Amino acid sequence: MSGAGDTISADEIITIELTVNGTPRLGHVEARKTLADFLREDLALTGTHLGCEHGVCGACTVLVDGEPARSCLMLAVQARGCEVRTIEGLAPEGTLGPLQQAMWENHSFQCGFCTPGFLMQITALLAENPAPSEAEVREALTGNLCRCTGYQSIVRGVMAASGAAPGGG
Amino acid sequence: MKPPPFAYRAPESLGEALSMLAEHGDDAKVLAGGQSLVPLLNLRLARPALLVDLARVPGLAGVDQRAGGLALGAMARERTLERSELVRRLAPLLSAALPFIGHPAIRSRGTLGGSLAHADPAAEIPAVAAALDAEMVVVSAGRGERTVAAKDFFSGYLSTALEPDEILTEVRIPPFPSGMGVSFMEVARRHGDFAMVGVAAAVRLEAGYIAEARLALTGVADAPVRAVDAERSLLGAAPDAASFAGAAQAVAQRLAPRSDLHGSAEYRREVAGTLVRRALAAASGRAAAHNLQGDLEEGAIP
Repeated sequence: MSGAGDTISADEIITIELTVNGTPRLGHVEARKTLADFLREDLALTGTHLGCEHGVCGACTVLVDGEPARSCLMLAVQARGCEVRTIEGLAPEGTLGPLQQAMWENHSFQCGFCTPGFLMQITALLAENPAPSEAEVREALTGNLCRCTGYQSIVRGVMAASGAAPGGG
Repeated sequence: MKPPPFAYRAPESLGEALSMLAEHGDDAKVLAGGQSLVPLLNLRLARPALLVDLARVPGLAGVDQRAGGLALGAMARERTLERSELVRRLAPLLSAALPFIGHPAIRSRGTLGGSLAHADPAAEIPAVAAALDAEMVVVSAGRGERTVAAKDFFSGYLSTALEPDEILTEVRIPPFPSGMGVSFMEVARRHGDFAMVGVAAAVRLEAGYIAEARLALTGVADAPVRAVDAERSLLGAAPDAASFAGAAQAVAQRLAPRSDLHGSAEYRREVAGTLVRRALAAASGRAAAHNLQGDLEEGAIP
């Protein structure tokens, strides 16, 4: 990482170390590889979905050091040293975490393409605000697009997960 | 939808970053939060040879009180500023505007300096910087540090006073007069989209009349617009519907917004006038509430 006289090359492979779902991982990537593609192609964590690839749809949302981030708008090299959490990290394989269970019970999703992004965004919301109002839920989810549901069932699922809705929890 | 190839450096000091820019100049692009640059890379609208990532340069993300105002690091994340009690107290207009930027996941990566340096004509932070008379601290390897006032910083569509070898390191916000009421309003097709029109307003009242007014707009020109004439016309006026309508008309008449698929120039001008009126009313209402609060507190002292 020297300054003056440095020869730059677009082909170089950069080694990154990061933590993904609690496990230290090592990657060798081109600088132009997005975090989303690194997760999906290099780590085979295909739960993170790619919709628009320019930051509009929210399907690729993951947590980076606890904060929601578009993994299509982050380069893998930017995640060096970071803690990344993906949908695969929400619950052990084959089981549902409490949030996933609540969403399941409320028929929150249909086709499932947007689901991972929603769940990661909601995870971040509930970590910061465990009992959000419906307005706060809707505000937090403005950046995630669902083309199936009309969002009512998603909001209901979040309210149930937060324990705020009558009969939820 | 994959970025073209580029080289990447993540310098660990400002000096190192500056010498990279000095060497590679126009071929290099500074990477801050990446929420504007990475989409441009993905769409291949930008093809830099080198990205200089500022994330590992220490000291660029501070949120500090200085000389009664704020010294904000250019790499301060929008979400951090949104959560900051200090920003709410010393730059309430910035706090009011931040929730309008993109979505939570955008704001957790997006930075103050990135938004200013990118200078999207519909972005919120540039209008707030204009309204607050913010000063940009800009550094280069060859010429050292200089300070650029907001009114001189934005030079046109996606362009600023920043030279290719310069880095925006800090944004200084002067002390904000106490008793100012603020309001930020915008109209967008969908919540979180770039504004078709956005208005930043601040008003201070003395003895029931407008003693100070700030008004800046986004989305209506190539760069943020500070409505100086309208501000002046409000001085000494009563904070009533007639004054606000007069200011709104003065602002709207002077605008020559673009037409695009989101809205015609005529529509934007109409919305700008309406938002100016509403934002001034909201800001004045808050200023009146501040004054009332102040009177009550003074009255409580025996």
